[in-house]
Order: sequence, then structure tokens, then C-alpha cells
Amino acid sequence: MIAELGHYFLVLALGLTVIQAIFPMIGAARGSDRMMMLGQPAAYGQFFFSLLAFLALTYSYLISDFSVSVVARNSHSLKPLLYKISGVWGNHEGSLLFWVMFLALFGAMVAYFGKGLPKSLRARVLSVQAMVGIGFYLFMLLTSNPFDRLSDVPFEGNGLNPLLQDPGLVFHPPFLYLGYVGLSVVFSFAIAALIEGRVDPAWARWVRPWTLLAWVFLTIGIVLGSWWAYYELGWGGWWAWDPVENASFMPWLVATALLHSAIVVEKRDTLKSWTILLAIIAFSFSLLGTFIVRSGIITSVHAFATDPERGLYILVFLALVIGGSFLLFAIRSDKLQAGGLFAPISRESGLMINNLFLSVAAAVVLYGTMHPLLSDAFFGVKSSVGPPFFNLVFSLLMIPLVVTMVYGPHLKWKRADIKGVNQRLMAVTGIALLAGLMTFYVTYGGAIMPAIWIGIGVWLLLSSLQELASRIKLFQAPFKDSMSRLRRQPRSSWGMTLGHFGFAVGLLGIVGTSAWTIEAQKVMGLGEDMTIGDYRLTLKDVIPVAGPNYTAVRGIISVSPKNGAENGEIFIAYPETRTYVSSPITTTEGDVKTTMAGDLFIVIGESQGQGRWGIRAYYKPMQVWFWIGTIIVVLGGLISLSDRRYRIGSPQGQKASRKMKHAP
Amino acid sequence: MKFLLIPVLFMTLVLNAAAIGVDKDRLQDPAQEDRAQHIMKQLRCLVCQNQSIVESDAELAQDLRAIVREQIIAGETDAEIFKFMTARYGDWVLLKPPFNSATAILWLGPIALLLIGGFLIFRTIRQKPEQDVTRPLTAAEEKHLKKIMKDNN
Repeated sequence: MIAELGHYFLVLALGLTVIQAIFPMIGAARGSDRMMMLGQPAAYGQFFFSLLAFLALTYSYLISDFSVSVVARNSHSLKPLLYKISGVWGNHEGSLLFWVMFLALFGAMVAYFGKGLPKSLRARVLSVQAMVGIGFYLFMLLTSNPFDRLSDVPFEGNGLNPLLQDPGLVFHPPFLYLGYVGLSVVFSFAIAALIEGRVDPAWARWVRPWTLLAWVFLTIGIVLGSWWAYYELGWGGWWAWDPVENASFMPWLVATALLHSAIVVEKRDTLKSWTILLAIIAFSFSLLGTFIVRSGIITSVHAFATDPERGLYILVFLALVIGGSFLLFAIRSDKLQAGGLFAPISRESGLMINNLFLSVAAAVVLYGTMHPLLSDAFFGVKSSVGPPFFNLVFSLLMIPLVVTMVYGPHLKWKRADIKGVNQRLMAVTGIALLAGLMTFYVTYGGAIMPAIWIGIGVWLLLSSLQELASRIKLFQAPFKDSMSRLRRQPRSSWGMTLGHFGFAVGLLGIVGTSAWTIEAQKVMGLGEDMTIGDYRLTLKDVIPVAGPNYTAVRGIISVSPKNGAENGEIFIAYPETRTYVSSPITTTEGDVKTTMAGDLFIVIGESQGQGRWGIRAYYKPMQVWFWIGTIIVVLGGLISLSDRRYRIGSPQGQKASRKMKHAP
Repeated sequence: MKFLLIPVLFMTLVLNAAAIGVDKDRLQDPAQEDRAQHIMKQLRCLVCQNQSIVESDAELAQDLRAIVREQIIAGETDAEIFKFMTARYGDWVLLKPPFNSATAILWLGPIALLLIGGFLIFRTIRQKPEQDVTRPLTAAEEKHLKKIMKDNN
């Protein structure tokens, strides 16, 4: 009964979405207030019913109603509550419902908080948002109905893959989806602006919080996935340039570019059509990420054949949305007059160069991911594009990007004085050079790139601090004065400082862990030892352990300094290998000892017979810097998001803040 | 679940591999083993999904690792080992594809995009100031301006 209600709510939501798509758009064109006003109630109603549908599905999971096909395929009555709930969006049908529910929520938020928007713009945004929604509702109802019943009701569900029963993976997909869906709002604003033929600083100001919100969600989602891979997969890897990872990285790169170019639109009223284009591309990548990866087309063309109906629908939908928006862009973008002029050396130029490299990076990821498929299709040549390719191209592309990050924030709008900036950065540049040289000296004989990268990372790190220092006139004004300036810094500029600083910290982590990871492996009996880096690992014991739904082999490994006294034990590691009862899956629970200098990562393998076990260990220098860096970046995003002038609900946008600025 | 199924499918492979994967025949000389590792990271495990032979314990990956180590001991250069592998399995085995007509877009694309983008930026920056973008005020704005001036006085 509940499932039927859910299905019914879904149809109702679709009905309201159609209304939301049609009337506000016509109303905006004809200047009819009454028709435009229909957008808000329709958006609220659509959200209400999609939420009810989502709750209905959640309910079916909670009571383990195995007559519902999705529940039977993905749940199990004995599954912990957390995983029953996460199971709702942990599959194709449910994740679509999750997606569309948030699409509706964000639409309703635009309706509610958008009271300061021009009426026609708000109406058009809501309408575009609804058009995207219609595509999703129809896709669900026609090809992937989450409320489909089974005529043969199984007694027990199939259960969820034990690998996915991990807190990291409970939150990874929803954050990604929130990021993807957040970009839909930016997209709707872009399309609405194209139809209006008007993009101005006010528009950029309304779009900014949405971009930032989506970007923060995307960042969190990607990092959670990466973190999960690091801890759970037992190879100590955290990024493999896998198609699934790439699909989430592309919208992130473009959203990052968009975040920066929107600033130019806001402050300088220029770079408009480019910003609109980025908004369209960012959302196109979101759709690609949602559909193409799920359908498995990137990994194999044959995935299409197994489900031609869905595949065809996805292709048509993508063609309509992406193709349609590009067409509209081609027709209307010349309406967008460029505003402010600027000199070659200026903040504007810096941001443009930032955009250039981020976009090319996104294009590289896109083509690199698609290349094996295209090569097979057009040349009949099987080809692989893996980490060695991406790492090489990225490490080259990112150098100019980071140099731009070093200089950009120091440059003034319109016309900047590069000599002055160079002078100001002199000390910072010196220290960075020294850091690079020292790295080169210490690792002499090894590769030279890591030393260059360490230098560049340190340069960015210090330069972002220096920028903050010069903004608050540290050491130039009395200290108390500087402190009060520090307190008065707008939150959005804290966002920039933290964002760049965190990026630098993360970058140093990436360099350390990718360049100098060492690995050791040995088949050991009890009492034997092996060395890795400065550590000595001694296998003390191996014991069987029984978990709730698995059995495990747990190693007890004593870690001591390589050259230390026999009893100089630093800590004991307890790595496990788990074998699950319900499925033929083994998972490794490596034990990681984290310090700022590096992670010691220890994994135990299965028995090699005769009381011997394979032990693998990694020492990953500075790994934790990467995680800390991403946390700082996300914090920066959140702080910037809380800036009063840019809040999503910011009532008057620019006007209000102008008043504030001039207030005595 | 399809979305998660893809990574999960090969993760199970990885995981099983993780549970066993300890090479007993590692090279004694650390420098040689480093070289072997470096080469192996660039070779695709052909029966896995997007994994190098270092990270897999599929039988094929084990065999290929053994071959790489054997050839290093036999004194082959890196290039010779790659050549041997591609002769046997085609370019597919290389995770960093070589430059040829089929991969021209892959390798040259980024450079071309940078050039095009750089040119566009150059053009935008060189916009001459005489391209006047200010438009005359509308009547309403004119009135508003007058009012402001009056208020100030």
C-alpha cells in the first residue's frame, strides 16, 4: 500500500513539475504576474510530493517490504538500521529518487529565498529547474520505477555488498549527488539568464552561493570516496583515475573554474558568456556523472546492450539537455555585452588563466576517460589510459595553475603592479626556492619533479599567508590595528585564504605520498620480522576473530624503530582480513599509524601455509597532509558560504550590502 | 546499485588480491626491484578493470610480474621490456599510451586547447580602451542622476 502511495506521489510530483515548467516560462515571456506566480506553489508542492515518495521508499526499506523489487534486490532484514537507510539511495532507482527529491528541494529553496530576484528571472529559473526534473521523473516512471512490485515475494532480500557497509560509503554518494544537484540550480540560473538576455553582477551574486554550496558538497563527496578507498582497499591508494572517480572530478574542476569566473562577473561585469558556458558545462558533467557512469557505458559499450531502454532514454535526455543548452547559448550569448576593461597584468587576467588551466584539465580528464571507448569504436584499437598518463599530464598542467594561484590574489583589479607583487613576495619566493633545493639535496639521485613540486607547494602556502598578512597590514600598522583588521576581514576573503592555503597543504601531501611512498612485503612466520623505512615490524601472533557477519584473521604486529633496542616498541598494529559469511568477499582492514611525517599502513594477507602469513606494509610520507588540506579547503568554502552578503537567502543582493558598506 | 557495482566488482578483485598478494620472488637488489615496480605500475592487468599489474593478484598479473623481474635480471632495458609486452599484448597493455595516429588527440589535445584558450585570453586582454562600452543614460536614469545631484547639494 505504501509503495503504491509512493508511486502515486511520484506521479503527482511529475504533474506539478509540468505546471512549474510551463506556466512561469510563458508568464515571464508575456509579463503575466499571475502565471509567473504559479511557479512558487508548484515548486513547494513538487518538493512535498517527491519528499513523500522518498519517505515511502524509505519506509519500505525500514520494514523490509520485499514485495518491492528494489528492496528485495538491495536490502536484507538483518541489516543494521544505518545501512537500511543508506540502501535507499545505494542503488539505481533509489538514487534517482534521491536526486529528484533534492532537485525539487533546491527548486523550492529558489522559490522561497528568491524573493529578492526579479520576478521574471525567478520564474524562468524555476521553470528550467522543473524541465530538468521532468526528465528525471519520466526516466524513473518509464524505465526505473523504484516502486515496482514483485509478483513472487521472496522471503529474504539479497542484502547489501559488505564492502559498502561502511560509514564512509554511506555518506559518499549523497554528498556527490548534492553537489551534482546543486549545480542544477546554477545551470537553471544560466539558462534563465540566456533567455532573459541579461547577465549582470547581481546575477553573479545570486549564483555564487549555489555554486559554492554545490562545490563544497562535491569536494566532501569526492574526498569521502577517496578516504574510503584508502582505508578499505588495502593498497594505500586514494586516487586511481578510475572512470568512476573521473566522472566526479570533472564537474569539480569545472565548478572550481566557475566559482572563480563568477567573481569576475560580479566584481567587474565581464567574462559573462564564458561564465554561462561554464555553468552549462558543469551541469552537463553532473548529468554525465549521474547517468553514464551508472549505466556502465564508460567501462564498456556492452553495458548499453543489457539495458537498451534505459540507455536510449539517457542518450536522448542528455542530448536534449546538453545539446539544447549549447544551442541556446550559441543563439543568445552575443546578447551578453562585456563590461569592464582591464590590463594584461590584473586580477582579471589571473582568474582567466586559472580558468584556462582548470578547463583544459577537465577536458584532459574527459578525453582520457573516453579515449579507450572512442579508440575502440573508431580505430578498432584497444587502448588504455591510466594513472601514468594522467599523473604526467596533470603534474605539468598544475604548475602554471599553482603559479597563478601564488600571484593572482596579490594582483589588483583592472591593473596590477607585478614588480610590486614580486617585491612583496621576495622573502616567500626565497624560502620556497630553499625548500625546493633542500628537497633536491636530500633526495639527490631521485626524480627531480617532486623537489620542484615541494618548492611550488611551499611557495603557494606562504604566499596565501603573506596575502592575508598584507591585507591586514601586519607589521606595517600597529599590531592591535592589524588584529582588528583581521577580525573585520569579510568571510568570503577568509574563504579564499583558507581555500588556497588548504590546497597548498593538500598539494604537499600529494607530492609526499606520490613521490616517496615505500612498500615492503614478506611472508613471515611468528617471531620473524621485516623492515620498512625506519621501522621494524615483528609478527607476534595471528588470531582468529569472529565478527557479527564475518570471520577474520587478525595479526598482532609489534612496530619498533629499525635500529632501536629490542623492547623499543612504538605501537602494536592489528591488521585484519575479513571473510564475509553472506558473500565470497574478503576485505582488508589495514592498520594505519598516522603521524604528520607519514602513515605506516600495515596489511595482513591470508595464510601461506605452515603458519606463515603474507604481510604488506607501506610508508606513505605526508599522507595526512592531504586529508588535512581538504578539510581546510572545505572549511574555507563553508566560511565563505556564511558570508552575510552572499547568503542564499540574501534578500537584496548587492543593494543591501552597499548600504552596509556605507553605513557609518 | 549499478553505479556502485562497477567499482565494487573490481574492488572485490583487488580485495581478494590484497588478501594474498605477496610476491615471494622479489628481486634482491633494491635498485632493480624499484625499477621493476616502476615498470609494473605502467603495465595494465589485462583481465582486471583499470588496474596495473602491481595492484592485482590475478594469475596473469602474477605471471607478468615474474616476466618483468626475469627480464630485468637478464639485463634488458626498460624500453626492451615494454617492447616485449606490447609485441605480445598490443598497446592495450600500456597504461600510458604511446603517441601515434590513434592517440594524437589524447596527447596533442591539451596543447591545442591551451594554445586556443591562450589566444582567446590574449584577444580579450588586448581589447582597446576606445571600444567604448558606456552607453548613454536613459531618460529615467538621467532623472535619477539629477535627483541625486540635487540631494547632494
